[in-house]
Amino acid sequence: MLEKLFSNETVQEALQVIQTQFPLAIWETVYVTLLSSLFAFIIGLPLGVLLVVGEKDGIMPLPTWFMRTLNVIINLFRSIPFLILMILVFPLTRFIVGTVVGTTATIVPLVIAAAPFVARLAETSLRELNPNIIEMAQSMGASPLQIIIKVMIPESIPSLISNATTAITTILGYSAMSGIIGGGGLGNIAINYGYYRYKYLIMLAAVILLILLVQLFQSVGTRLATRSDKRLK
Amino acid sequence: MIEIKNVFKSFDTAEGTVEALKNVSLSIPDGDIFGIIGMSGAGKSTLVRCINMLERPDSGSVIIDGRDLTTLSELQLRSIRREVTMIFQGFNLLMQRNCLKNVCFPLELSGMKKAAATQRAMELLDIVGLKDKAKAYPAQLSGGQQQRVAIARALATNPKVLLCDEATSALDPNTTNSILELIRNINQQLGITVVIITHQMSVVETVCKHVAILDEGQIVEQGDVTEVFSQPKSAAARQLLAHRR
Repeated sequence: MLEKLFSNETVQEALQVIQTQFPLAIWETVYVTLLSSLFAFIIGLPLGVLLVVGEKDGIMPLPTWFMRTLNVIINLFRSIPFLILMILVFPLTRFIVGTVVGTTATIVPLVIAAAPFVARLAETSLRELNPNIIEMAQSMGASPLQIIIKVMIPESIPSLISNATTAITTILGYSAMSGIIGGGGLGNIAINYGYYRYKYLIMLAAVILLILLVQLFQSVGTRLATRSDKRLK
Repeated sequence: MIEIKNVFKSFDTAEGTVEALKNVSLSIPDGDIFGIIGMSGAGKSTLVRCINMLERPDSGSVIIDGRDLTTLSELQLRSIRREVTMIFQGFNLLMQRNCLKNVCFPLELSGMKKAAATQRAMELLDIVGLKDKAKAYPAQLSGGQQQRVAIARALATNPKVLLCDEATSALDPNTTNSILELIRNINQQLGITVVIITHQMSVVETVCKHVAILDEGQIVEQGDVTEVFSQPKSAAARQLLAHRR
């Protein structure tokens, strides 16, 4: 098995694919991951804030029916397996991007899958904040919006950054899955060569690159989170 | 003048309704340093939060300079809270902001321009003796220094009243004394009325002119500190004095 995997012929072929197709695939993976993460944060962070401030004893209590609906919707999208979600949102993808295949088209299901996840992560980060700090801000006459913008978010930055890192690495994993429906990137290469054509060596190379990307994102994220935290000095 | 009249406040907890304040009435004259002392659970923290409406009383009124705060909207209360500021047991500084930015915080809330706010904050840090720590983060300071920053922050909006909620309870005796001295200076030089909530007799003895003793949500005794302490009438007062050494 191993001899076959590393035979002269397969190594040659793999090297050729790595040289010709990997640069674009890496770029596609990074592009899809970062763009999807960006949109997921834009949608997810405000939702996470709402989950915390809108509670009955939060700083901006919202109607119970609203909070319940929000929670149900978030849980709903989080419980649909990503592979099925990609297919379910085809109509929306076609409406926004104009097509359902290709690298850019996978951004739509990725954002829909990741935004509720980001919302829950942001919620967790914001809940870590000492409630006495919020009371302090109220005692100084801060409005709910001022508390969100000047206290809750800035004080939670280190935790938000480390949770954002978790989100990005998860989105990277999801993006690899989108190769199945015609999204580009390393996942697509792994599936096309490894699953359809039994070129395991090429699949292995794609997987190793995915692992390296996750490691890279994770160490940059961890470093940023630690650096931003003024409690550690 | 702060007048608290017939204030009641109760909370619903898992074990049923707890009556935290039962018909509390108090007058605190302008420029006074007024102590409210009691055992833990006596309702002190609730009472002090009723003065700036962080807790709204169930009934009764809280009148500051003729305005009944219980009738004000949340929006109106925000401007009152610039005149009645507060310091806390846990200091409650913003840990991701340096000292200067912490003192600027209430000024930012009130919409002051950055340059003016910075200048004012530096003056205040000078008053509390921490001008050289302007760029330091709270985690780099001792407890006493953190409370000084919190005091500077509480003074930023030129308040008429400073509420101190167990402000020295987390500090050692020496630091406590230096913070109390700072509070006394602020009271004398700026004419700010100070309300001190504490369970420590020594704090009341050191700085307060008047004292009220709170026991199980009721004021059981009040008056001049020396009088109350030399001739305690209530059982709660005698109990508190017995703990003193």
